[in-house]
Amino acid sequence: MSAPRTPRAYADPYVAGVALGLVLLAAFVLVGRGLGASGAFASTAAGTVALVAPDQAAASPLFAHYLGEPGPWLEWLSVELIGVAIGAWLSAKLAGRVRVEIERPETLAPARRLALAFGGGVMMAAGAVLARGCTSGQALTGGALLGVGGWLFLGVAFAAAYVFASLLRKVWS
Amino acid sequence: MSAPLLPEGAPLAATLAAALVLGVGFGFALERAGLGSARKVVAQFYWRDLAVLKVLFSALVTAMLGVFWLSRFGLLDLAAVHVPETFVGPQLAGGVLFGAGLIVAGLCPGTACVSAATGRIDGVFVLLGIFSGMFLTGLILRKFERFYTSTAHGAWILPELFDVPYGAVVAAVVVLALAAFAVAERIERGAR
Repeated sequence: MSAPRTPRAYADPYVAGVALGLVLLAAFVLVGRGLGASGAFASTAAGTVALVAPDQAAASPLFAHYLGEPGPWLEWLSVELIGVAIGAWLSAKLAGRVRVEIERPETLAPARRLALAFGGGVMMAAGAVLARGCTSGQALTGGALLGVGGWLFLGVAFAAAYVFASLLRKVWS
Repeated sequence: MSAPLLPEGAPLAATLAAALVLGVGFGFALERAGLGSARKVVAQFYWRDLAVLKVLFSALVTAMLGVFWLSRFGLLDLAAVHVPETFVGPQLAGGVLFGAGLIVAGLCPGTACVSAATGRIDGVFVLLGIFSGMFLTGLILRKFERFYTSTAHGAWILPELFDVPYGAVVAAVVVLALAAFAVAERIERGAR
C-alpha cells in the first residue's frame, strides 16, 4: 500500500464543479434538501451541551434547534459530513495525495498557522450561526435554489474575504 | 415518479443512508478539485488561482438548471425542496464574520473537513476551531436573540424579490456565471 511518489494533478475545476453540482442535484431529488457542513458542528455541540447542562442547551436558540426529533446525534448533516471525510480520503488516496503535514506558506511558522486555523474556525462558526449556514449550506445550496439569503451571504462573504485578504497579505504571501 | 423520493417523514434510516452516500460524492468532488488545500483556497482571494469561484459557480449552475428543468417537466416538486431561510441583518453580519474567518483559517467548514481527512493538521485545527466556536456562540446567543431572529423572510427567493419569472433569474445567473468564468480565465492568464 505505498502511495505513488508524485501526487496526481487536481481535476479541472469546471469538471469537478459540474460533478459537485450533480451531487447537490441528487440531494434535492433524493431528500429534498441540499448539502451543508457547519450544521454538523452545531448539532454535535448541542448534543454535548445537552449531556452536561440540559437547561443551558434548551435555553440556547442555537442548541434548542437540534434537540427535537431525531436528536442531535442523528443529525442529517453530521452523517453527510462523515461521508465527506470518507469521500475526500478515498479521492486523495486514489491520487496519491494523502499526506500528514501542516500546510502553510514557508514564511508562516507551523504553530502560528495552527493558531490562525483555530481562530479562523471560531470566527466562521459564529458567522455560520448568524447566517444559518456556510459556504455549502447557504452559498451553494441556497444559491442554487435562488434563495435571497444564500446570494446575500455569498456576496458579502466573498467581499469580506477579499478585504481581509488584503489586510493579511503578509500571512499568505 | 415525483421527487423528492424521500420527503420529510420518510424512514430515518433511508435518509441517513442517502446522507452518507451524498457526503461521499461531495467530499470526493471537493478533493478532486483541490479545495482541501488551504493555499489553493486562499489563492482565490489574491487573484492567483480562481478554482474556488469556478467550482462553486459551475456546481451552483448545474444544480440550479437541474432543479429548474426537473420541476418544469413535473419530475421534481419544488415546493417540497427546502430553501435555506433568509435573515437579512444576521446574514450580512454573519457573511462579514465568515469571510474574515475564511481568510484567517484558509479553509471553509466543508473544505476543512476534506483537508483534515487527507492528513492535514491545519485542517484538523480549523475543525476544532469551528467546534469550539459553536459551543461559544451557542452559549452566548441568548443575549443576541433579538438580532439573531430579526429581519426574517422565510424561504424567500430572488424571483419573488425582483418580481420576475423563475426562469428569468435562472437565465440571468447562467449569464453571470459565464461572464465570471471568462473574467476568471483572463485574470489567471495575467497572473501567470
